[in-house]
Amino acid sequence: MATATVPKTKIAGGSFLIEDRQPEEVFTPEDFTDEHRQIAQTTEEFALKEIVPNLEKIEHKEFAVTRDLIKKASELGLTSVDIPEEYGGMEMDKVTSAIIADYIAKSGSFSVTWGAHVGIGTLPIVYFGTPEQKKKYLPKLASGEWVGAYALSESSSGSDALNCRTRADLSADGKHYVLNGEKMWITNASFADLYVVFAKVAGEKFSAFIVERTFTGFSVGAEEKKLGIRGSSTCPLILNDCKVPAENLLGEIGKGHVIAFNILNIGRFKLGAGCVGGARTSLLSALNYAKQRKAFGKTLVDFGLIREKLADIATGIYVGESLAYRTVGMIDEALRDIDKHSPDASTQIRKGIEEYAVECSILKVWGSEMLDQVVDHVVQIYGGYGFVEEYPAERAYRDSRVNRIFEGTNEINRMIITGWLMKRAMSGQLALMPAIKKLMDEVLSGPSMSEETEAELTAERALVGNAKKVALFAAGVASQRYMMDLAEQQEVMAALADIIIEVFAMDSVLLRTLKLMQSRGESGSALPIAMTQVYLSEAMARIEVAARKVVAAASEGDNLRIQTTILRRLLKHDPTNTIALRQQIATRVIDAGKYVTA
Amino acid sequence: MKILVCMKQVPQKDAPLKLNESGTWIREDVSYEVNEPDAYALEEALRQKEKHGGEVVVITTGPARAQQVLREALAKGADRAIHLEGNEFVGLDSFNTAKAIAASIKDEQFDLIFTGLQSDDYGYAQTGVLLAEILGWPHATIIMSIEKSDGGVRLKRELEAGFFQHLEMPLPAVLTIQSGINKLRYATLIGIKQAKNKPLRKVTHAEIQHALGPNLQKIEKLYIPQKQKKTEMLEGSAAEVAKKLVDKLKNEVRVL
Ligand SMILES: Cc1cc2nc3c(=O)[nH]c(=O)nc-3n(C[C@H](O)[C@H](O)[C@H](O)COP(=O)(O)OP(=O)(O)OC[C@H]3O[C@@H](n4cnc5c(N)ncnc54)[C@H](O)[C@@H]3O)c2cc1C
Ligand SMILES: Cc1cc2nc3c(=O)[nH]c(=O)nc-3n(C[C@H](O)[C@H](O)[C@H](O)COP(=O)(O)OP(=O)(O)OC[C@H]3O[C@@H](n4cnc5c(N)ncnc54)[C@H](O)[C@@H]3O)c2cc1C
Repeated sequence: MATATVPKTKIAGGSFLIEDRQPEEVFTPEDFTDEHRQIAQTTEEFALKEIVPNLEKIEHKEFAVTRDLIKKASELGLTSVDIPEEYGGMEMDKVTSAIIADYIAKSGSFSVTWGAHVGIGTLPIVYFGTPEQKKKYLPKLASGEWVGAYALSESSSGSDALNCRTRADLSADGKHYVLNGEKMWITNASFADLYVVFAKVAGEKFSAFIVERTFTGFSVGAEEKKLGIRGSSTCPLILNDCKVPAENLLGEIGKGHVIAFNILNIGRFKLGAGCVGGARTSLLSALNYAKQRKAFGKTLVDFGLIREKLADIATGIYVGESLAYRTVGMIDEALRDIDKHSPDASTQIRKGIEEYAVECSILKVWGSEMLDQVVDHVVQIYGGYGFVEEYPAERAYRDSRVNRIFEGTNEINRMIITGWLMKRAMSGQLALMPAIKKLMDEVLSGPSMSEETEAELTAERALVGNAKKVALFAAGVASQRYMMDLAEQQEVMAALADIIIEVFAMDSVLLRTLKLMQSRGESGSALPIAMTQVYLSEAMARIEVAARKVVAAASEGDNLRIQTTILRRLLKHDPTNTIALRQQIATRVIDAGKYVTA
Repeated sequence: MKILVCMKQVPQKDAPLKLNESGTWIREDVSYEVNEPDAYALEEALRQKEKHGGEVVVITTGPARAQQVLREALAKGADRAIHLEGNEFVGLDSFNTAKAIAASIKDEQFDLIFTGLQSDDYGYAQTGVLLAEILGWPHATIIMSIEKSDGGVRLKRELEAGFFQHLEMPLPAVLTIQSGINKLRYATLIGIKQAKNKPLRKVTHAEIQHALGPNLQKIEKLYIPQKQKKTEMLEGSAAEVAKKLVDKLKNEVRVL
């Protein structure tokens, strides 16, 4: 396995809240190997030369074209990095997987089609299949001869997917499971060859099955008419006494949820990486437009309000890359020592990825919301031309929206983020409780003198350190107030998730920039430093809103007053001139004509 | 057939260029890519090898960053690479570059050497031709197609105004390749993976310095052309104006 060579420490999932990392410990895009860079280049070249010229056809649901593109991508190896070599795959690290999701993102429709095939369509077999199932199906999926799909959702159960109605009953002779029910929202449905279908055995035990398109009793319903990603196929599946050979049961009976949840973790980091790539594509389109559009005798790029948007987009990409590649870097590190020939290699790999469930959810939520803001900015930059189909801004705007809905809605993911951390805290797996207690003692004992240090970006480090304290403080206040009932307080849980998400983003971008400064020096890192400062300042403001919301809900009277005072102390920082910094960022990006980090 | 492909790293086509402080070349902080005709030369070499067997070796001169073009070529299928590495090779004139290449391959026996028609940066179109002269080999330029024949190769050259020349040539020979003559392949992931283990020989400037002479060419000054806007009203009857306009388009602007 080609693995990223940077972080040598195995880092516990969620520990970013309570532990300080050194820049050397995080993986960043600057740590890409030559191989990674070349794969990024091949992927982008493929996207520009094969996908972009076919955008119209893709959007008009010419699925033959889409399938042909998947086949071509397979010939380059782009569809099989997660598949073991013995089954015709490339078997590369997860950084490579993320790089491909990132750099292929030129069309929302194609990215979703592609993601459903290589991700949720193929991975259940990679991680849960028997050797026979792998041998039978993976080479076909790797080569693009077959396209995969994943059928979990139903009309009445989307977020609540385990509550599905589709059932599977073993035939009298024990040779078949007979599936009955209807799946909904299935990506690639109209042209896929293989579907991983979830159903309850005997109406009770949630399980997964490998269903081929040609099985009797299987049919595909009509295409949904969608807001965006119109060039992807989304249809219901109808299972009417669908006969599935007993050996096509995937994993164990009653353990379907293990498959469903694990596959989503991978789907989430790929989606996050894809959002970063989408933002890079959008920035290019915005720059091209803004550099030539004239108004009031100037070009759009001369206007402060347009420059501000361009700077925000570039910053979003920079922070997104930091988040995405730090997360996959950690995953690769966790997977590094797994002996791939051991019989439980797949289980170990799954566990390694599951360790970072919170980071994957953060990446998904943060990435999808960043991209939504980016495409909104881009429509605005295009003015009236952003509102019509002839220009790319409109499509990108529509296409982005679904990212907040699938792979677990952002609400569900926010619940996962806080809930998962609380569970780890309760079980003692993550030393959150002691950290919260320590912080509570510290803040109640009054303001402390901060140590003067000579380190680079001292103020920024202090800001991130305080953001972590705010997270612990808010979590402490909330858990004192609600105790075991906290999980029921969704608004509080989500506000805590907002803080946690920002902490991870702030921490990741700061560490990346510090690492960059080690190699490029301070003067060579002016742009990344500016982007980091802008982001930290804005994130801190968002953290403040969320923390005050939590505290105001959880406390009253004297307690509330004391806690608000503590919060104010933790949130205190010198103002940042983000206008000047954004001007600086914009100048550089406009000059380069594309996203750059130097 | 054993083919050597000379490849150069040049600034990316759409890279915004800035002059360096002395005004003699561009600043180094740009993105680089493979010189376009060189990419077609490599593709042609790989296709010849696929048809007739043999070996494809790629060579470049330049600083460490130039190794990128060799890595890319290896990932696309070249068998091994030679890197004349050093800043001394930057800005070397074509004659000395050709001498350096010739010196570094003196122990090899190639049937063909391909270069791109010209480089996207300096655009001299000289290196291949000079290399042939130094080696005492025949050469042909602006090659559109290559077919192996009994005695050597059958070639198609591009001439002016849509004319082509067909000719036969003995081997060994140097050919300079035109852009667009084939369809470039992608570096596949498997190719990228395998490239890591392919041999890459490094040659220092000191090793071949004995073969070089003084630089015969030097850029004194490089500047960005001044934009001028001049309006001239043509007077007279419609027919006269039309006549004057045609005359200007023909003789002044030379677009007709
Ligand atoms: C284009 C597209 C492609 C898709 N592709 C696939 C696919 O390939 N395979 C597949 O299986 N599914 C697929 N889906 C389905 C997708 O995963 C679901 O739409 C998603 O999980 C949400 O489920 P739902 O639509 O039933 O919404 P609901 O679950 O009804 O949710 C409605 C709203 O309520 C919120 N909500 C629900 N439960 C809670 C809760 N407990 N707490 C707080 N808020 C809650 C949600 O966040 C959402 O805002 C796709 C969907 C779309 C739109
Ligand atoms: C659906 C639709 C219906 C419409 N109906 C009508 C109609 O009935 N009648 C009619 O006359 N027009 C109509 N319009 C046109 C509409 O008023 C213009 O699209 C709008 O004024 C923006 O102009 P523009 O598209 O040329 O964008 P531009 O002026 O090119 O603006 C592009 C971007 O640059 C920004 N910008 C421009 N100048 C500055 C500046 N000085 N400082 C900072 N930022 C600047 C803008 O805010 C915008 O973000 C319609 C447009 C649409 C989309």
